[in-house]
Amino acid sequence: MNFDFSEEQDLLREQARRFLSERNALGRARRQQDAGGGFDAELWREMAELGWLGAALPEAYGGAELGYVDLCVIAEELGRANAAVPFASSVYLAAEAILRYGSETQRQQWLPKLVSGEVVGAFAAAEQPGPLTADRIRARVAAGKLNGQKSPVLDADAADLLVVLATNGQDLGLYLVETTTNGVSRKSLGMQDDSRPGAAVVFEGAAVEALTESDGWAAYEDIQNRAAILMAFEQIGGAAACLEMARDYSMERYAFGRPIGSFQAIKHKLADVYVATELARSNAYFGAWALNAGAAELPVAAAAARVAGCNAFDLASKENIQTHGGMGFTWDMDCHLYYRRAKATGLALGSARVWKDRLISRLESRNTA
Amino acid sequence: MDFSDTPDEAAFRAEVRAFLAANAEQKSVEKSALSPVDVDGHVARAKAWQRKKHDAGFAAITWPESFGGRALSPIFDVIYKQEEEHYLVPAGVYEIGLGMCIPTLMKHGDAQFVKPYVERAITGEEIWCQMFSEPASGSDLAGLRTRAVREGDEWIINGQKIWTSGAHFCDYGVIVTRSDPDVPKHMGLSYFFLDMRSPGIEIRPIHQISNERNFNEVYFTDVRVPDSQRLGDVGQGWQVALTTLMNERLAVGGPRPPDFEDIFRLVRNLDLEDGPAVDDSVVREKLADWYVQQQGLKYTQFRTMTALSRGQTPGPEASIGKLVSAQKMQEIALFALDLLDESGASADPEVAPMDGVFHLGMMRSPAMRIAGGSDEILRNIISERVLGMPGDIRVDKDVAFRDLPSGKR
Repeated sequence: MNFDFSEEQDLLREQARRFLSERNALGRARRQQDAGGGFDAELWREMAELGWLGAALPEAYGGAELGYVDLCVIAEELGRANAAVPFASSVYLAAEAILRYGSETQRQQWLPKLVSGEVVGAFAAAEQPGPLTADRIRARVAAGKLNGQKSPVLDADAADLLVVLATNGQDLGLYLVETTTNGVSRKSLGMQDDSRPGAAVVFEGAAVEALTESDGWAAYEDIQNRAAILMAFEQIGGAAACLEMARDYSMERYAFGRPIGSFQAIKHKLADVYVATELARSNAYFGAWALNAGAAELPVAAAAARVAGCNAFDLASKENIQTHGGMGFTWDMDCHLYYRRAKATGLALGSARVWKDRLISRLESRNTA
Repeated sequence: MDFSDTPDEAAFRAEVRAFLAANAEQKSVEKSALSPVDVDGHVARAKAWQRKKHDAGFAAITWPESFGGRALSPIFDVIYKQEEEHYLVPAGVYEIGLGMCIPTLMKHGDAQFVKPYVERAITGEEIWCQMFSEPASGSDLAGLRTRAVREGDEWIINGQKIWTSGAHFCDYGVIVTRSDPDVPKHMGLSYFFLDMRSPGIEIRPIHQISNERNFNEVYFTDVRVPDSQRLGDVGQGWQVALTTLMNERLAVGGPRPPDFEDIFRLVRNLDLEDGPAVDDSVVREKLADWYVQQQGLKYTQFRTMTALSRGQTPGPEASIGKLVSAQKMQEIALFALDLLDESGASADPEVAPMDGVFHLGMMRSPAMRIAGGSDEILRNIISERVLGMPGDIRVDKDVAFRDLPSGKR
């Protein structure tokens, strides 16, 4: 047993942290927030050159085949830097869907391009307010044509390729649609976190190709489980960054003749943030192992990592603002960027509310199995 | 990152499983705890179990061979505990001695001198307790006032300790005393171990709100302790005490019931207005939070053990264990009683489900949140030693102990 990263993985972490700091990833996210969206093609290209987009993918498709634990390391650093890139959409969701449900031809066709950054992928599932359930999906495929709408679709504007969860009248399936195809129109949406841009996508007889035409809901849950673990690493990275910001500020800011970080009201608050972050980290580590090993525990581990990750980032980002006092709610401070991202990561794969319910369902079925 | 066993670990696990299967009863849905017996019966049962563990080589898995241990990495200790968790074994007798007192003896005592004590502790022949807290110094431990005055080759101890777990059945104890009241509080302490049957010691069990009597007051009247039983230099007692306390964070075992499994079992067997409680969304939300906390603590402990086996010292981050588990225990207990609704008011075994584990948990958990470092002290430790935030302003730091104010007079 070994519950820590290898030396190589620690080196990868250092490299990633240095790169994202040198490229001022946080400042770039701020620019997107200021601009109300956008796609940082330059940063994306550099990340592709570093091999990050295919870190876990097989060499046969241009990947580095490092394994999912290495991808987790990168994810944590992206979260820490609050990077504004379509990484989750393209790497955790689109590429994984093609890898796991695509035919050999589809893999050969798309994965190398996703790895090189030539193609950006995104995943379209949600259609309306409220949680997504199998029977609420209206997007429909008939005779190879897709009709319906998906909203919001994260990174749809930057995407060349969408993986769409849709019904064929009998069953749900996963379908590939190129965004430049006739019958696909995208309308950018204002987002709570504009450094994670999204759009409403309307399909009017758009040509699709199936990844799978049956058991689409199970495939969707499988992809979500895997993405939830990677996203949990982004969340603990973000939470840790918030905790450090709050700690540092509390030691610089003086009130009543002493640093505010010497008051127990602040110390105990940040101790609670630390506890939540460590609990999330430990759950995420177990998830990383389950993902990498393809262990039977994966669905439970993913739900636990998701719930703990959402809790930690929510708490850390809001208490970071609180610790900063009035400055914390100004546009110019970075606190709000993380506060927005905490919610964006907490909603992107379905809310913690839904995942808590799933976690208990999975424990119930494990118990009766 | 690998949660599976290496060949060595797998072999050890098999050895542990064989030992447990041959010597202990497995937990079951019907029976998840040993049936209660009186104190003497429990101690006898624990002694017999410790002896078996010792004979099979599981009593001191990580200790050095020179002290009768197996010198294995802490991961092996985790493996043993993982397996033992599934069995009904007596707890609450040896944890403090073997987890806190004896490691302090091994670190600060003369190896030849302490060896016989260590050996009799591992076999279970002698049980140890720890005497730190006093009526006027709990969280502010260094403010303790039990006096030790030197007289030739002996020290004369006078004063009172409190909250001493198990003192009523222990053979030996470690104690921190004030040997010099004329210097600031942390600098005038000395640390000893002593025979709990020494003349002048009086032990009075404390009646707790759980209706149990696990803690004691211990009174010292002219108790004589040989200087050879001092650990660390005169005036260096605080440093020695820190060794004991650091071990406490590792020794104070897993969370106590009720935990996630207990409430999960309850809600699958209890009906609310609209059917099984487990189907209620409020219940499910809470269950999920508790599960995630429980698993988070489990894997945090594994991370600590990995650090230990790589030769790193476990940091104060291990403090999160008790902070989280004690609050979780209380929340689970109180929530379970709410679910039982009016019936929850009765603690009678006739009515209370699952041997009253939630009723007892409600009354035990307040002690858990205080003993071994209160929630507030643990948050101070985390913020100061992990996050590096400033300590509180200390009005007592450079003042001689005898000049400190001690309440309204």
